[in-house]
Amino acid sequence: MDRRIPVLIGKNIVRAMLLVFAVSIVTFWLMKASPMDPLQTNVGQAALGSMSREQIEKLEEYWGVNTPPAEQYLSWAKDFVRGDMGTSLLYRQPVAKVIGAKLANSLFLMIFAWLVSGLLGFVLGVIAGMNRGKWIDKLIKGYCLVISSTPAFWLALLLLMIFGVGLRWFPIGLSVPIGVEAGGVTFLDRVYHAVLPALTLSITGVSNIALHTREKMIDICGSDYMLFARMRGETGWRLFKNYGFRNVLLPAITLHFAAISEIFGGSVLVEQVFSYPGLGQAAVAAGLGSDMPLLMAVTIVSALFVFGGNMIANILYGVVDPRIRRGGASK
Amino acid sequence: MRLNRRQRVLIGLGVSLLFLAAVCAAGILSGEAAMATDFSRKNTAPCVKYLFGTDWLGRDMLARTLKGLSLSILIGLLAAAVSAVLALVLGIVSATMGKAVDAAVTFCIDLVMGVPHILLLLLISVALGKGLRGVIVGVALTHWPSLARLIRAEVIQLKESPYIRIAEKLGKSKWYIARKHLLPHLLPQFVVGLVLLFPHAILHESSITFLGFGLSTEQPAIGIVLSEAMKYLVTGEWWLALFPGLLLVIVVILFYVAGESLQKLMNPGSVHE
Repeated sequence: MDRRIPVLIGKNIVRAMLLVFAVSIVTFWLMKASPMDPLQTNVGQAALGSMSREQIEKLEEYWGVNTPPAEQYLSWAKDFVRGDMGTSLLYRQPVAKVIGAKLANSLFLMIFAWLVSGLLGFVLGVIAGMNRGKWIDKLIKGYCLVISSTPAFWLALLLLMIFGVGLRWFPIGLSVPIGVEAGGVTFLDRVYHAVLPALTLSITGVSNIALHTREKMIDICGSDYMLFARMRGETGWRLFKNYGFRNVLLPAITLHFAAISEIFGGSVLVEQVFSYPGLGQAAVAAGLGSDMPLLMAVTIVSALFVFGGNMIANILYGVVDPRIRRGGASK
Repeated sequence: MRLNRRQRVLIGLGVSLLFLAAVCAAGILSGEAAMATDFSRKNTAPCVKYLFGTDWLGRDMLARTLKGLSLSILIGLLAAAVSAVLALVLGIVSATMGKAVDAAVTFCIDLVMGVPHILLLLLISVALGKGLRGVIVGVALTHWPSLARLIRAEVIQLKESPYIRIAEKLGKSKWYIARKHLLPHLLPQFVVGLVLLFPHAILHESSITFLGFGLSTEQPAIGIVLSEAMKYLVTGEWWLALFPGLLLVIVVILFYVAGESLQKLMNPGSVHE
């Protein structure tokens, strides 16, 4: 095997590390620029007024009001690299622990939604592309237009209204039953509570991949080898299986790896509606409560996922498609 | 009477723009009605008098929806316009100012694309103190990368075209070439990109206000109307969330339709692609 693929992978990893580093600086800078006083938002004006000078100083130290920003960032980065993400100011627990619990909940949703929306979007895109201009193509295109115009949180509200409040098929929130001990929660309980949020995320994720696949499929249908196969009399499923499938699969998969960012963004909104204790909800809580260590960690974890997805997409393209490999080498 | 495709597209564009303008105008005019409370009519289900029903304070939901949408549309338009100009400038600069600048801009693009939009919006809104300003700046700063990438690619392609080569050989300045040769070529793509940014901007604006960042409850943007409605969902007041959301979806669809119509008009060849 030639050496180009390891080099490609190495380059991608270095780039991703640089980007994550930049993300951490930008996030830190944005948090520092915030005019919101962490004491006022979390302790409250009334409580602050009744406190003694020493108490306030202690609180200021806890929320890191007086440390210079650069020093704060450096000490944070040093700990972070060593694996210590600091202590969440809202949850009063190590951030790593908070993130771990929330991430497990979120991943459950996101992986499900990612797979379902990918499969469904691919199939819809292929059907639309193969039947370009016919009623089914128009139907799928219309569906995609409506879905991409629908805010994820409203779709979540709608499903909640229909299946949660109206039909009472699914619970209206949280990831576990209310009033049950942590030990008594079964895997099925978790699945049951994740159905609606996962469904919402899957539906919203479809339109992008479907439209992209459709376009690629139309390109492929216009190619010479497709024309030639049609002339030989191949149609429908056989035509797709022999000539379309492999060519359309790669762009679809790479696009879907790059779409992780959108699923992540959607999960923030969906989790909020369903009060599902995932990463997105933690981000919103941390943002509203100026919990800097937690928000920094959530941002970096999400950035890692996004860059990881992009990297896989790049590498996949490079490994599978020799034309791109050669193009990269000649530069 | 049979219309040709161009006429149909024109009608679609006209109708969608008219509707959007009507929503804006109605929203601005119904400012007072959106805030007026009346406990004698609270929690009315949709009827002929109150088409969208009323909420727990007896406020007319139709007026609130229109007001919220007009606010959201105006914020979205402003933010998208700023974002598109940013994309245009950065796209051209990145393609023409040499390798180092190009690398820097591309790095910025990757950086902004690397954090989920909602999260970045949230951060910017926190940094600017959760206000109207935070929402506008946030939406403007998160939406430029894709358009900037498009414009960069277009400019790189244009730079190789014979007439620009010749203009360079004739000793025309960079500024002259950008103004006389690049911009006219980029304008149609820029306008289409701008219009197609609107729906994204409005969706993100409504999402961030829904999460509780941004406007106060005195400014009923559509996200706030919906997040308030969420609290009353369980008690059976379904109309609070249904109709405002539905109208929001229609507004966003119409922006897409307007953008695509514009694309077809400016670049007729794209219809057959």
